[in-house]
Order: sequence, then structure tokens, then C-alpha cells
Amino acid sequence: MENKDVIIIGGGPAGLAAAVQLYKLGITNILILEREKHLGGILRQCIHDGFGLQRFCESLSGPEYAQRFIDEVRELNIPYMTEVTVTEVTAGRKVTAISRRGVMEFQAKAVALTMGCRERTRGAISIPGTRPAGVYTAGVAQSYMNLANIMPGQEVVILGSGDIGLIMARRLTLEGAHVKAVFEVQPYPSGLPRNIEQCLNDYEIPLFLSHTVVDVKGHSRLEGVTVAQVDEQYRPIPGTEQEYNCDTLILSVGLIPENELSLGAGLTLDSRTKGAVVDEDYQTSCTGIFAAGNVLQVHDLVDFVSIEAERMALSIQECFLSSQFGNAEIEIVVDASISYSVPQKTTGKKDFTLSLRPKRPGRNCTVFVKQENVTIARKKFAKVLPAEMIQLAIPAERIDPEKKLEITLI
Amino acid sequence: MRDNTYDILIIGGGVIGSSVARELSRYRLRIGVLEKELDVACGNSCRNTGMLHAGFTYKPGSLKAECAVEGNREFDQVAQELDIPFKRTGKVVVGFSDEDMQNILRFKRIGELNGVRGLEMIDKAKLNQIDNSAGGEFALYSRDSGILNPMLYNIALAENAHQNGVDFFFDSEVKAIKRQGEHFQVTAGDSVFSSRWIVNCAGMHCVTISEMLGLHGHQVKGFKGEYYVLDKKASQFMNIPVYPAPNAKGGFSTHATPTVDGNILVGPDSYITEDPDDFASTRDHMQGLVKDGSAIFKHMKAEYFIRNFAGTRWKRVDPETGDVLDFLIENRDDHPGVVNLIGIESPGLTCALPIARRVVAKIQEKEVLEVNNDFNPYRKGIVRFAEQSKERKKELIATDPDYGEIVCRCETVTRAEIVQAINNPLGAVTLTGIKNRTRACMGRCQGGYCETRITALIQEQCKVREHEVMYQHKGSGMFIGKVREVLDGE
Ligand SMILES: Cc1cc2nc3c(=O)[nH]c(=O)nc-3n(C[C@H](O)[C@H](O)[C@H](O)COP(=O)(O)OP(=O)(O)OC[C@H]3O[C@@H](n4cnc5c(N)ncnc54)[C@H](O)[C@@H]3O)c2cc1C
Ligand SMILES: Cc1cc2nc3c(=O)[nH]c(=O)nc-3n(C[C@H](O)[C@H](O)[C@H](O)COP(=O)(O)OP(=O)(O)OC[C@H]3O[C@@H](n4cnc5c(N)ncnc54)[C@H](O)[C@@H]3O)c2cc1C
Repeated sequence: MENKDVIIIGGGPAGLAAAVQLYKLGITNILILEREKHLGGILRQCIHDGFGLQRFCESLSGPEYAQRFIDEVRELNIPYMTEVTVTEVTAGRKVTAISRRGVMEFQAKAVALTMGCRERTRGAISIPGTRPAGVYTAGVAQSYMNLANIMPGQEVVILGSGDIGLIMARRLTLEGAHVKAVFEVQPYPSGLPRNIEQCLNDYEIPLFLSHTVVDVKGHSRLEGVTVAQVDEQYRPIPGTEQEYNCDTLILSVGLIPENELSLGAGLTLDSRTKGAVVDEDYQTSCTGIFAAGNVLQVHDLVDFVSIEAERMALSIQECFLSSQFGNAEIEIVVDASISYSVPQKTTGKKDFTLSLRPKRPGRNCTVFVKQENVTIARKKFAKVLPAEMIQLAIPAERIDPEKKLEITLI
Repeated sequence: MRDNTYDILIIGGGVIGSSVARELSRYRLRIGVLEKELDVACGNSCRNTGMLHAGFTYKPGSLKAECAVEGNREFDQVAQELDIPFKRTGKVVVGFSDEDMQNILRFKRIGELNGVRGLEMIDKAKLNQIDNSAGGEFALYSRDSGILNPMLYNIALAENAHQNGVDFFFDSEVKAIKRQGEHFQVTAGDSVFSSRWIVNCAGMHCVTISEMLGLHGHQVKGFKGEYYVLDKKASQFMNIPVYPAPNAKGGFSTHATPTVDGNILVGPDSYITEDPDDFASTRDHMQGLVKDGSAIFKHMKAEYFIRNFAGTRWKRVDPETGDVLDFLIENRDDHPGVVNLIGIESPGLTCALPIARRVVAKIQEKEVLEVNNDFNPYRKGIVRFAEQSKERKKELIATDPDYGEIVCRCETVTRAEIVQAINNPLGAVTLTGIKNRTRACMGRCQGGYCETRITALIQEQCKVREHEVMYQHKGSGMFIGKVREVLDGE
């Protein structure tokens, strides 16, 4: 069993940024474990541009963005292993990994969980019908096209207006497929406005809001779908059904943090984010186990993933220096206007950035962070969208350690 | 040229056809199985609850009762021979009302008449001890009921038959059968076969085949049932199958059953279908399962849903009255050379080998079969990495590094297992075939992580191109080709 200061599980943008930051802060006995052949995470298949606008003030493709961090990892000689899958993390921070070379075991002072996320599937959203070939989640279709040079189909319908679905609408169109329409069950799109503009409108692909797929047809390969309009409770409205012939149905219906390992370690998960409950140090309910990136909360922009991971690295260093691993007790709660917040707890001793997502689109609204009737932080927004994460700074000096933080969006 | 002359041709590679093939391979015979799909285990044998029934709901003296009890008793031995996952979990049938009590007691008596052992009435306290998630005021506890993996059972029987010399022909739908003197001429797929005997194990199409053979007048009726598959996370709440009290006819409404691999199945419900190939899930019935399923299993929640499927019990019915009849295994003197199986519905899985032995007996009534002394009843399954101890894992990787490459993360399936699934006797050629053999793609991400890797392995190992990778059925191509042709040297 090898001892490490920090084991980083996952070499995507979160893991890479955390490693570089830790190294720069002088914590060098670290190791990145990545199950793929290459570092870079999901960015490897995101060959479109638009990454890095915040961080590097230029528009990069996914692989280019990842490469900047991979180059730094190489220059600094940060140890990493690829084609190694972590199969177990214990609450005591013992990490077990499997590779073609055998079974490896590490004892870590701290573990950084940066495993990313997975896609919600057809089964998870109960789409009725037959089960033919030709139904793909958007990320899987993206991986086939961009990493394996495989074309999944020709006549395409997309369910869900998540960003990856929108990107795939454009990608499929550019490669000669016919994308008939995108259907979204919500009354507003779940992807970013810039993707609606650049991926659908520019190619005249129609987007139908408040619509869903109610039937899937075809015995061997997909032959068509039935689509219907839905009411406010998302129930299909009888009489609004329309048939679409297609050989491919792409699902872009949400991402879920990848928390198999976290569950094994016994971490407390948040039923809203589906990621770990953390404090302002990104420390989970298990001392010394930290989380950042999509494994913690699903991000829309990779730039924020890198920043979050760097903040986590800084907290790990602070915890090492002070030998104090926080014991957060002040709860952070959100009301019905907000889907979730990260962190969900704080010690009240440190300034921190609060991330949250509004439940519905809105204009000219303000986020209030209160303790009973005292407002301790607020921020105004001209426009909010569920697709865009909101962040605001919380000053520790104003927090009353006896009371919970309550957040609302008005 | 291939010699297509057989002593016995079996139509259908479901659990019944595969059992018949395996039991007949105990004798020196040339045996072939004709299957219209690209693999075995594509019909109702992969669309059921996977219960090894004890046999307390079937009419005393019926084949269903007789074969279920026989099949149940021998199954520890069978599971060991074929190296398949099986657990004798027991099962509870729970009741709330006086009427439930009456029905339950009736079936307890029937069970005892059928020779079912280990049936016991238990009170609420004992019920809670056995499974504290099971609602109910009292229950019938059936000690001998069990759960098995029906796909692997079907596959194991077929592999074992194949090892013992049986030929399997896939993509071979039987379209015509002609009697020519002592022989039958069978047109299947693109080939013509000749055989002295035909065994009809065509499941949902048994009547069509029966008509082709000139045996008229049989009728079956399709009782379709839909299911939800729940995430393994839900199985922490249930350790034993829990059925509601049966109705007076012995039918059970929607119930929850743990699978031998650790998921929970909720279903089946029951309604009539006309179409033999109708396996679609429908909105109304999915909603019905959520409603009725929640009554019997508190944790029937959307967060645990990972998949839906449906299967159909093709019951033999009386053409006049419509009454449901027993299994039929017939060899009629006016139709020599035919063993005709009609209406092999539930508990067909439990009864598969006992039925197969009765088929053999029918043939033995007409001719002496020479014993095959080389018959080997044992078949080895693929060693599942996930189920091994740490030490054993290390050894496996040391001997085959492919065991160190995890392909499916949800079920921890390694490259070695996928490669074996493809290269074993009767190896898988479709994504579903690999799934059924290894459990890859069956977890909560439903292939989101591993599907791309597995299709790449199919291309590599089977040496096929993108558009030739099949999902399950014939014509279920997963891709249309390359995105762009890459020129040599680029
Ligand atoms: C399909 C998809 C498309 C996207 N498109 C865009 C976009 O167009 N623009 C944009 O700004 N953002 C996009 N995003 C969001 C952004 O790219 C992600 O937020 C970012 O990649 C998340 O980084 P991460 O490091 O948290 O996760 P990932 O990039 O997913 O990296 C996680 C890494 O951990 C590894 N790993 C997981 N489990 C284990 C284990 N047990 N053992 C070893 N290694 C493991 C994985 O192999 C992976 O490499 C997209 C996200 C997805 C999922
Ligand atoms: C919902 C449901 C739940 C059940 N639960 C249980 C249970 O818990 N326990 C239990 O013991 N039993 C159960 N059963 C019963 C059991 O599943 C069936 O009895 C059994 O699988 C039938 O096997 P089979 O081989 O006859 O049919 P199948 O598996 O359907 O096989 C028939 C095969 O014949 C092939 N075929 C058809 N026509 C042709 C043709 N013309 N040419 C070539 N091939 C052809 C088909 O492709 C198919 O592969 C259940 C059944 C259902 C539907």
C-alpha cells in the first residue's frame, strides 16, 4: 500500500485543475488516476468551440482547453496514471484501483473526487414504446461521432434541449444527417441561449417547447416516434399527437453526477444535485474527502469547473496546513425559487462563493441570502435561466453561527 | 457443402428448445436447432420474472404442476451443472383480508396435493422477520421458491447442448415444412434442411409451426405483462419475492421480485395481446405498474427506474370455451415424427428440463435411442470479475490482463468477460447477446459508459464494419457507417 498526500480520481478538467493548483501550492505527493487512455475527461469529445471564454478570454475547442491543463501537468511532472479504474474508496481514504497491471491500493491523506457525470437514460424517464436500435443519449452519440468516426443515423429527432443535445443537432446536420426537430418538455429550453442560436436557429432546426415523446416505434431499428404537447403537469394532451418518421432518437435529458464511489465511501448525497453534500471547503460528509466539478454539481461551463477545482485545491492545502478539517454545522437552505445550492453547509469561518440554479427563467430578480430577517448578501440579475448557474460571494464576518442561511430569488 | 440432414430438428432456441436440445444430446443423434433470431434467449425466455416456482398454483395432476415440482426439486443440481446464478430465496404470498386468507389457504392445499414441500402459514411478526418491507397481516411462506437468471439459463443450456454436438442455426426462420416419406423438408432462412423428427418449440409462434406440420385446431391466447427494472440501490429494501394474495383463479396481480443479480423487478401486469412479436411498453400500463407496484413495494420510485420491458405468456385455450388449458406435449400417431409443444407459458422456465425429458420420452416411445457416453452435463460460465475476492482478482489479472480493463463501470464487467462472451461456443454477435452473457449495459447508466467500448470490441473481434454491428434483432444495425471515410496514409 502506497501513501499519498492527495489522490485525485478522474483526469478531466476538474482533476487536472486541482492537480496543477495543489502542485503549485507545494503539495507534490499527489497522483491523478484516470480510467481512459488519455487525460482530458469529457472535453475530449467536445470538438466544438466556445470553451475558455471566461478563463482564457478566447474561444477554444474542448480538446484545446483540456490540453492547456495537460501541458501544465506534464511540465510540472505531476504524476498521473491512465487506464486505471478506481473501484473503491473507503471513508478512511483507502483507494483501490484496477488496471491491466493488477490491483493497486493507496492510503491518502486527502481524496479529491473529480469523476464527472453520466447521462440520464430512456429508462430513467420512462419513455414508452418498443426497444429498437437507434436510441442514443447525446453524449454517447457525440462519443461515437467524434472519437470513433461512427455515424449513428440519418433521420434524427432530439428529445431534450440540454446543451449536448443542441450541440449534437448541429454536429449531425454538418455531417449530412437530417435533424427534424428538438422537443423539450419544459416551457423553456434547458440549454444555453447561445447554443439555441448557434446550433438550432442557424440551421433552421425547429425547437418545440412543452412537447415530449410518448411512443417509440420499430422492431429492429427505430422507425418513428410519436410526439405530443404537454400541460403544466407535463401530462401529454390527448389529440395533440404527431408522428415523426426517424431512424434515430437522441436524448439530451439531463446529467447526473457519477457517485458510485461516493456511495461506497458512505458520503451523504444531496437529493437535488445528486452530488455530495459539501461545506465551503468542498469537503464532503467524510473528513478528508473532497469533491469538485461535475461529480459535485452539473456545470454548464467548463471554465467554472476549473475554478471550482482550484478552490477545492486551496482548501485542501489550508486543511493540511492547519491540520484542521472543517466541521460545518451551519445549514444552507433554498426555497422553491431555487433548484439547489453548493455548498449545502458552512463553518461560517471563511468567505466563500455560493453557486445556485434558479428553478425558472426570470427577469430583474435578486438573490437574497438571509439569516432570519437579516440579509447578509444579495445580488441583482437582469436575467436568470435554469441553464445558467448563478454565483455570489458570501462574507463570513456577517454569518451568525447559530442560524441557518436561507436563500431566495425574488 | 454443409450436410443439412438431421435426425431431429428443433424449432426455436428459447429455454424450451435449448432444454430439449440439451436432453436429446444425451443420445447419439444428429440434432439441429433452427432459430429465427441472431442468438438464443431472444423471445419470452428473456422477458419474464426469473422465478423458480414451487408449484402451488397449478391444478393437481396437470403437466404444469407435475413439471414445476420436478423442476424445482432438481434445480440446485442443474444450476451447479450449468454454472448459472441461482438462489433459493423462498417467497412470501401476503394477505390482508379474510378473502385473501381463503385464497391463500386454498393454494396451500393445492400445493400440498402437488407435492410442494416447505409451505407454511406465517403471522405478521414472522413475516416482518423475513422481510420488513413486505406489507401484509399474514403470509404463505414457500421455502423452496427461488430466483435465477433466465437469460443465462437459456444460454447455458444451449452452450451445453452445443458442446455435446448440437448444431445451432441462427437467422433461420422456419417458413415451410414439407413431409417427404420418412423425412421432413424444412425451409429455414436461406437453407433447406432434412430431418426425421421435428420438435416444435417455437413459443409465441407454436401454432403457426403446428399448422405447417398439419396439426390443426390448436389455439393460444397472449397474456402480455409489462415490467419495470429498478436499480440495485432499491434492493436494499427487499430480500425475498413478495407476492400479493392470488385471486380465485391463481393469478397474481403486480408484484415485486428481487433478481438473482440484485435488481428489483416490478410486474408483470396482465392484458391480452394479439401480436406474437409485441414487446412494447405502453404508457397506460407503465403508469399502472407505478401505482400497483407502490402498493406492494414502498420504494417504487422514479429515482430507481432503469428500464422497462414486456413479455407474453402464450396460453393454450379451448377454442370453444376460451378456457385456459394445460401445457401440451403431443406426438400423434396420425402425424409421426412430430413432437408438438403448445402453450408453454409460465412456469415454462421452471419446467424446461422436465418438459424436455417428456419430449425425449415421446421419441423413445417410437424408437430406441442409443446413449451418448461422451455426454458431459457440465458447462462453465464466464468468471465474473466483480464477484471474486481481492486475491482471486489479482490472479485473474496476472493470467489475463484483459481482466484488469474495466469496460462496464456499473456492473464492473471487464474486457476479458466481453471477449469471452464473443468467442465462447455459440458466442454473442449482438450488443444484447453480450449484455445477456455479461450484464454489461444492464446497470444504471444503461450503456452510457460501456456501449461505445463494446461495439468497438464487436467490430474488432467479429471483424465486422460499423453498419454490421447489430443491437438485437436481424436488421437492428446500430450505425449507418463512418462519419467520414479516412484515406489510407492520412
Ligand atoms: C457530454 C458533455 C458535453 C459537454 N459539452 C460542453 C460544452 O459544449 N461547453 C462547455 O463549456 N461545457 C460542456 N460540458 C460541460 C463540461 O465540459 C464539463 O462540465 C466538464 O468536462 C466537467 O469536468 P469534470 O472534470 O468534472 O468531469 P469529466 O470531464 O467528466 O472528467 C471526469 C473524469 O474522471 C474519470 N473517471 C470517472 N470515474 C473514474 C474512476 N472510477 N476511476 C478513474 N477515473 C474515473 C473519467 O474517465 C473522466 O475522464 C459538457 C459535458 C458533457 C458531459
Ligand atoms: C411475463 C412472463 C413472466 C414469466 N415468469 C416466469 C417465471 O417467473 N417462472 C417461470 O418458470 N416461467 C415464467 N414465465 C414463462 C417462461 O418465460 C416461458 O414459459 C418460457 O420462456 C417459454 O420458453 P420458450 O422457449 O417456449 O419460448 P421463447 O423463449 O419465446 O422461445 C421461442 C423461440 O422460438 C423462435 N421461433 C419462433 N418462431 C420461429 C420460426 N418460425 N423459426 C425459427 N424460430 C422461431 C423464437 O425466435 C424464440 O426464440 C413467464 C413468462 C412471461 C411472458
